[in-house]
Amino acid sequence: MTKNNHEFLITRKNNHYEVVIGLEVHAQIKSNSKLFSSSSTKFGAEPNTQVSLVDAAFPGMLPVINEFCVKQAIKTGIGLKAKINNKSVFDRKNYFYADLPQGYQISQYKHPIVGEGKVILDMPYGQKEIGIERLHLEQDAGKSIHDIDPENTLVDLNRSGVALMEIVSKPDLSSPEEVNIYIKKLRSIMRYLGTCDGNMQEGSLRADVNVSVKKKGEEKLGTRCEIKNVNSIKFMQMAIIYEANRQVDLLEEEKTIDQETRLFDTKKNETRSMRSKEDAHDYRYFPDPDLLPLEVTNDFIDSIKLEIPELPDEKKKRFIEKFKLTPYEATILVSDIETSKYFEEVTNNSDIKLATNWITGELFALLNEKNLEISESPISSRNLSKLINLIKNGTISGKIAKQYLK
Amino acid sequence: MSEISSLTLTELVKNIKEKKLSSTEITKAFVERSQKSKELNTYITEDFSSAIEKAQKFDDKPNFDLKLPGIPIAVKDLFCTNGVRTTAGSKILNNFIPTYESTVTQNIWQQGAILLGKLNCDEFAMGSSNETSFFGNVQNPIDKNLVPGGSSGGSASALAANLTPVTIGTDTGGSIRQPASFTGTVGLKPTYGSCSRYGIVAFASSLDQAGPMSKNVKDCALLLEVMSSYDKKDSTSIDFNRSKYSLELNNNIKGKKIGIPKEYRVDDMPIEIEELWKKGIEHVKECGAELVDISLPHTNYALPTYYIVAPAEASSNLARYDGVKYGFRSHGENLIDMYEKTRSEGFGDEVKRRIMIGTYVLSSGYYDAYYLKAQKVRRLIKKDFDVVFNQVDAILTPSTPSSAFKIGEKTNDPISMYLNDIFTVPINLAGLPGISIPAGFDKNDYPLGLQIIGKAFDEQNILNIAYSIEEKINFKNKITDWWIK
Repeated sequence: MTKNNHEFLITRKNNHYEVVIGLEVHAQIKSNSKLFSSSSTKFGAEPNTQVSLVDAAFPGMLPVINEFCVKQAIKTGIGLKAKINNKSVFDRKNYFYADLPQGYQISQYKHPIVGEGKVILDMPYGQKEIGIERLHLEQDAGKSIHDIDPENTLVDLNRSGVALMEIVSKPDLSSPEEVNIYIKKLRSIMRYLGTCDGNMQEGSLRADVNVSVKKKGEEKLGTRCEIKNVNSIKFMQMAIIYEANRQVDLLEEEKTIDQETRLFDTKKNETRSMRSKEDAHDYRYFPDPDLLPLEVTNDFIDSIKLEIPELPDEKKKRFIEKFKLTPYEATILVSDIETSKYFEEVTNNSDIKLATNWITGELFALLNEKNLEISESPISSRNLSKLINLIKNGTISGKIAKQYLK
Repeated sequence: MSEISSLTLTELVKNIKEKKLSSTEITKAFVERSQKSKELNTYITEDFSSAIEKAQKFDDKPNFDLKLPGIPIAVKDLFCTNGVRTTAGSKILNNFIPTYESTVTQNIWQQGAILLGKLNCDEFAMGSSNETSFFGNVQNPIDKNLVPGGSSGGSASALAANLTPVTIGTDTGGSIRQPASFTGTVGLKPTYGSCSRYGIVAFASSLDQAGPMSKNVKDCALLLEVMSSYDKKDSTSIDFNRSKYSLELNNNIKGKKIGIPKEYRVDDMPIEIEELWKKGIEHVKECGAELVDISLPHTNYALPTYYIVAPAEASSNLARYDGVKYGFRSHGENLIDMYEKTRSEGFGDEVKRRIMIGTYVLSSGYYDAYYLKAQKVRRLIKKDFDVVFNQVDAILTPSTPSSAFKIGEKTNDPISMYLNDIFTVPINLAGLPGISIPAGFDKNDYPLGLQIIGKAFDEQNILNIAYSIEEKINFKNKITDWWIK
């Protein structure tokens, strides 16, 4: 591990401040049905068409755990090199809201399904390890819609009961850029595993961002503020920069920072206080008596391990060793599972160096320009491979090949 | 033949199978008697015309292989019934009509039973006298102005008054056994996990169990056999080998070891209860059972433990009644105002009291001192039973510390009301089966019950013991039909 020599500091007069960031990422599990009911989880359906009696909390309805979602969480835990707990407990987090039909969210509080793990970030200044505190399973709430009816709030329960993984990092992140890379790495791992599609526009990946600042070199952490429910990397970065500067200004004025929950206003680019620590909800967590503790055997965990594909870190290592790629090239090629597949298909029959250059250069530029995913590439891996062979054996020039690509 | 409505379930089934009575005749008999018995206030929702239609349909195409062929049954209004209003005795569900059926009621309809109607109960099953119901208190047919017990008070009263041949109730802390004891009927709370909780309006999820109520032990065994099933829709349902309770019922309890717990000799226990217990002990002895003095040292803590655990779970279970999705809604200026008005107007005092207690004991700063400690004590109580069940096959105790009391007598004294559950609550905390059978009378000729507690999943054993005591005692309820003019 290289030491972080590329510091992100906020400076006022002669004072330099470091930023300490921890993320609670809410990742929607890729699953056809919800965590405790068989309703569909398909995105974009008509409001309230994917709601079972359980999701709407009708009297006498009981939750039954979806085994597939448990498997997905364990898979993700394995991908995060984390400890899988043989026994975990579902708790009720009690609060009233119109889009929370049960009056409580079923979540895991004291005993999560996944314990400590780690994520490796490839930063320009070297690799950095971000600790994972835990991963737990919980239900999503429904959606309150305030802007359709002038007098009433409307509620859509399609999302109510959808399975989420809350992935809590240690406060190991120290810049907006590290947050960017961390989210992308997490998303990449989950896409490799098929456990979350990572689609931030559809809300499949959102995060609560914990931010605090401290004078450079100081050991003691500052008072942190939690910025709730930020749904894009750009907004996370903007929120962190605003919030860290706000906290530094307070410290410079010798004012105290209150531990509080804040909201990020994307239009005004500022964070606003939502509630102070004193007003914090008392969620009255207690074990859900409708559900027995979740027990998973080592055999079950081992059987899931067999389904784990080669993950980005391992693939990167292999690409470097086998194809003699630079770490930079390898990082780019493994960051997305589809890209890595495409690359391996092309290199099956053609020159590696040329393939690397053509994919990371011309192809990426083309896709970028046309706003396409690699899976939608106008040129198939087979054809690119042929093209590269033609260049290699001198049949056509690179210039002609470029024209062909366009 | 005696009056149809006074026949037992077993007799009715026999008569139907032998084609001596039709389902229509039987159903009409119970409907007519129910209609003459409005003063008891046992029904919240009647489903009489539909019941007679179903009975006629059964008679047109009878299936005598079923266990409850064409038998009309009224059930506690805590079971969700598809298309029939289900209120849980509360204003907040006054207009609620489920589109689904509870597993337990589904099981009995599948065996040929027919729904007569929904029976009164304490609001959300919170009460020991049926006085907390939004639909008014229920009269005990034993005597005017006497409570039938609770929370399955409407069920016990309807059963004792011959308005239904058998019924089903739910028991969270004694809600089947106590009213059975107060009305001279039989009531059984099965092992936790025996009957599915799916579709039953929840009170305290870790304690709630549905169970049969009947006029005799044989009927009880038959109804339990039909009700109990493993159900994947309830994650706490247990997949164990269920006995054919009615077929395997016998009165041979020779050599059975029966424990008599010294902690159940509470102070101020009426002499009549003491004598009833002694009489019960004599009876099982005569049947060849062996008596063993036992100790359940944590018995004293059961009631306070129960009144932390049950309200804690209830406070969370009842959060869903918020006026947003179904049930009663009061108009509010904003969301919070709507919640407050809906829940203030929709819930009665006892329900509010328990929601407040439950919210308090789960609050941060109190959780460890109350809820967590109660959970620890609950484990100790369970351990008490585990230990004695190494020595004995069953335990014999009184069902309640007194006979039925007068309507209004305890409504202003919740603690004295809660004390009624002192002998029944430990069994729920330990998840064990318990049965109450009528065993005698007090000086007013009000019935008194004995409770037999069994090992988990050992319902057959307690049914057999109850069956043999029943034979010895030959109990006959003294009901004068005073309410029928």
